[in-house]
Amino acid sequence: MQVTVSKGVGEKTTIPYSPIDMMATNERASSFTKRSIKKASKVQAINTAIEMIDLTTLEGMDTPGKVKQLCGKARNVVSPETQKQFMDHPQYTPVPQVACICVYPNMVPYAKEALAGTNINIASVATAFPSGLSPMEIKIKDVKSAIKYGANEIDMVIDRGAFLEGKFQKVFDEIVKIKEACEDKAHLKVILETGELRSFDKVRLASWLAMEAGADFIKTSTGKVQPAATMPVTLVMLQAISDYYEYSGKKIGMKPAGGIRNSKQAIHYLCMVNETLGPDWLTPDLFRFGASSLLNDLLKQLFKEYTGRYYYEDLFSLD
Amino acid sequence: MNIEVLKTVKMFVGGEFIRSESGRTYSFCPFNNIEYARVCGATRKDFRNAVDKAKGGFKNWSSRTAYNRSQILYRVAEMTQGRYLDLVDNFVEVLGMPEEAAKEEIQKAIDTMVWYAGLCDKYTQVLGAVNPVNSNYHNFSTPEPMGIIAYIENENFSFVRLIDHIFSLLCTGNSVIALLNKENPIMTTILGEIFATSDVPAGTINLLSGDLEELAETIGSHMEVQGIYFQSERKDLLAKIKLLGVENMKRINNITSKTTQDINRVINFVEVKTVWHPIGI
Amino acid sequence: MKAKIEKKNKKIPIKLIKSSKKTSGIKKKTKKAAKKVTKKVTKKVAKKNTIKAVTTTKVIQAANVKTTKNTTKTKTKSVKKGMIFNYAPAPESTKVEIQSKYNLYIGGEFVSPRTKKYIPCVNPANQKEISQIAVAGKEDVNIAVENARSAYENTWSKLTGTERAKYLFRIARIIQERSRELAVLETLDSGKPIKESRDVDMPLVAQHFFYYAGWADKLDYLIPGQEVESIGVCAQIIPWNFPLMMAAWKIAPALAAGNTVVLKPAEQTSLTALRLAEIFSEAKLPPGVVNIITGEGETGAHLAEHHDVNKIAFTGSTDIGKLILRNVSNTGKKLTMELGGKSAHLIFADAAIDSAIEGVINGIFFNQGHVCCAGSRLLVEESIKDVVIKKLKRRINQIRIGDPLDKNTDLGAINSKEQLEKIKMLVELGKKEGGEFWEREGSVPKTGNFFNPIIFWDQSGSCTLSKTEVFGPVLSIMTFRTTEEAIQKANDTNYGLAAGIWSEKGSKIHHVAAKLKAGVIWANTYNKFDAASPFGGFKESGFGREGGRMGMFPYVEVK
Repeated sequence: MQVTVSKGVGEKTTIPYSPIDMMATNERASSFTKRSIKKASKVQAINTAIEMIDLTTLEGMDTPGKVKQLCGKARNVVSPETQKQFMDHPQYTPVPQVACICVYPNMVPYAKEALAGTNINIASVATAFPSGLSPMEIKIKDVKSAIKYGANEIDMVIDRGAFLEGKFQKVFDEIVKIKEACEDKAHLKVILETGELRSFDKVRLASWLAMEAGADFIKTSTGKVQPAATMPVTLVMLQAISDYYEYSGKKIGMKPAGGIRNSKQAIHYLCMVNETLGPDWLTPDLFRFGASSLLNDLLKQLFKEYTGRYYYEDLFSLD
Repeated sequence: MNIEVLKTVKMFVGGEFIRSESGRTYSFCPFNNIEYARVCGATRKDFRNAVDKAKGGFKNWSSRTAYNRSQILYRVAEMTQGRYLDLVDNFVEVLGMPEEAAKEEIQKAIDTMVWYAGLCDKYTQVLGAVNPVNSNYHNFSTPEPMGIIAYIENENFSFVRLIDHIFSLLCTGNSVIALLNKENPIMTTILGEIFATSDVPAGTINLLSGDLEELAETIGSHMEVQGIYFQSERKDLLAKIKLLGVENMKRINNITSKTTQDINRVINFVEVKTVWHPIGI
Repeated sequence: MKAKIEKKNKKIPIKLIKSSKKTSGIKKKTKKAAKKVTKKVTKKVAKKNTIKAVTTTKVIQAANVKTTKNTTKTKTKSVKKGMIFNYAPAPESTKVEIQSKYNLYIGGEFVSPRTKKYIPCVNPANQKEISQIAVAGKEDVNIAVENARSAYENTWSKLTGTERAKYLFRIARIIQERSRELAVLETLDSGKPIKESRDVDMPLVAQHFFYYAGWADKLDYLIPGQEVESIGVCAQIIPWNFPLMMAAWKIAPALAAGNTVVLKPAEQTSLTALRLAEIFSEAKLPPGVVNIITGEGETGAHLAEHHDVNKIAFTGSTDIGKLILRNVSNTGKKLTMELGGKSAHLIFADAAIDSAIEGVINGIFFNQGHVCCAGSRLLVEESIKDVVIKKLKRRINQIRIGDPLDKNTDLGAINSKEQLEKIKMLVELGKKEGGEFWEREGSVPKTGNFFNPIIFWDQSGSCTLSKTEVFGPVLSIMTFRTTEEAIQKANDTNYGLAAGIWSEKGSKIHHVAAKLKAGVIWANTYNKFDAASPFGGFKESGFGREGGRMGMFPYVEVK
């Protein structure tokens, strides 16, 4: 389906018809899981993956204490003392910080406090996360207050109901307005919640719509809906980003979120980015993992590469 | 003195009754050396012309729906039934067949026509398949007609065999160039008339009379002929044709079977096409 | 200007920025980029102009706005260079024992050839000799056929279908269990990437035995209304592109139907077939039911022309196929021929483009293009030609060429020196015939038979590369304007093995599929194989089918 949306007075943009074949996409995505990343390239990939993590806690039971501890882990992923034992390895580099902490708006002030003096970003889910089903003015307020409290990245959700109903203009306008609300103060990630859109054709359309409306990043999922991020759906979005770059010259970022739990998966995602968008995108500026348990597995694999041992989880904090 | 008007039996090509382009005829004397008729002797050029017509015929015939082909072939049976007495006379008079035998032969031929008419819209179901592949694809195989098939009739004429073989080729959508032998070339006219009045598209069925020895090389080497159904006793000519047919991988078959109404005959002159398509949303 | 940016940076504590030391440099860069983008967009728009004049201006405006926005954004962003992600070598570690020489497998045993001759087997990836195989002469062929005959008369045809099925099932299971070993050996011997021998070839080998095992006791259901029986001794001659897979395709249905076999693998790639022989012994298949004789073309000719062979199944080049046909066409032997192709791959403007690109890649670069059904003629709807070529180039640059045993290798070694020379010769010829070509950026290993993928376009349909089967990673691209033209061009070949169609319009797919003269049509996919799916061609691509129910027909006779 080709969709035209108005971008303001007398200005229109047409979203090109770009159907996606599901089987071909699945097969291509699965080809990246056949990549075997070993030794030096594995260490490199793991370190990059750590830098790309949006360390996330989005629970109803989140507390300032929980958030502070998570921030502690973000700044100091593995204590320098623990790292000493790995320093002899020729490839050793200090374990990097994660890119960002991702929390609910109420938790932003605590994160800001805990992360003071670092360059770790603070992302807040806003716009009535995860459903997005609140009036627009509330969503805007949600965003503005999160920014006021110190968020510099906003993870918004699109109105999936409107999208599935065919009200693409509404979806588009909302993103535009949220983007305006971010001013230049925050980076906007648009969550498509692909698990609710279901078909790749719709994911592609939503991706383009979001990019045209001003998204800096497009993101798969809230983590509250299954399936969350999958390799095929991420591939569809990466291809949309690639085509959008051809069309506009603008590099949009990608954030798969939810379901990426181990190093192997993360590395396969990096292979997919590498072979779809190229090395330009292999930076936290343009690629993030929305994850929490992934970090410890990355560390486990990293240290295994250094010493050949598999470490027990107790070596890492469970925050 | 009563002077008999001798007729020339014409050939049936591209829906028309034609003489050989060479004008050549030969004498047809089924009994006692009395000339019954003049018969056309198809030349190589006549065969090539027939291939051109058959090409058009194939395009038309194979693109008809199976149901439509079925009705048309049944129409042929109807028309043949209408010419029943005519045919009996002909068999008795020309071939010297006992009347009862002629009647039996003709009725059996008509029944065979009906059998194949009813097969048109079934053979893909009988021989085709949906294949359960080990991945998320819809996969189906269907037999489809090959194209132009040359049919070489046996020296010992049998109406039932002729009908059975020609119809096994026609029912799937092939077009046919049949080379009839000297034994009863008069069939070119009678059968031609039946086909001409049965809505069979022009060029679908072409009936030549002529000398196989002379035509073998052209038939075997013609690149537009996809298959040859060889029923002549001339094994030497079969060998020649087979060797020539290698060039375009002609499907050449000389299996003789006593049974009629045989699905196995259909298998020999169809191509199986398998189509894959992903299943997804 | 510089100060302003710094100010902005201070004001907005976007912590994405790691450092803004290089701001001035960035500014220049972004400006340049912005210019470029505007140019690009204008160009694109200019093209679109002809269609929609009114909306175009708006697009330009939009694009301009976007670009300026973009510039401001990058000013504040750090430019952290992306990681250059080189995949370290990841060689498959399974060790495979290879004997220094192999004998002929006749009557259930490995016997030395009467010729006393052996020829080397070479690993195409490094051109090192890995083993030697025996050359079977006329006498050896006779002994093999005698063994097959005796096994047919005395053992195999006397077994019930269920017993035959059980043997085949048992073989299938052993193949699965030893599949990694077989995959490594296949890759060593043929140069195909381990990724493919492991994930495509070996699973299909096992599946073929599994699938046909089940037919052995269901022959009554094969052709409705017909009683069928086995034929006798089958001579099977197979090529070097899918060595073990072709052996399985041939042997499994033959045995299921109750025939016995003498198989001759290609001299370049005989090792896995000989390993399969070991598996037959391990499965206690009665001696003589399958005999595997190695050797060159002459061995194949002796076998095909042997008077006591009832059926010949050949897969290989059209030239050799025709040669065999000429020699045996009048012997009364049953024949199946699976020969060459120049398959058309059609992409319509309404296709899922990225998926289609994957299809094209799989179509022409799978197994180094050594695929009889390779989609070597790409026919693209004219309106999307540029985007297809652009995307294709980008995708081809992602192909990893190198050690076939490396798990990350996408494109392995060309099977033999001779084949490499043939490909080079045809490509040189192609380059002289006009049009455009483009070669994958980046080098290929110097030692071993490697060839860099190349694509040609703007050539005419009469050019060498549009007509001749190259059997290598060489793609020829042509365009069409209407569906009718696409069909016509696709059918404009003496071959008729396979074809691909990419379109999201179902009715169009069915229309085109019905009109294409090819035995296998891949719609919105390409190069898919399955034991249950018949494979084989129209016209000069041969006759007979392999796979599925139709794959049994050539191995039975109607009673």
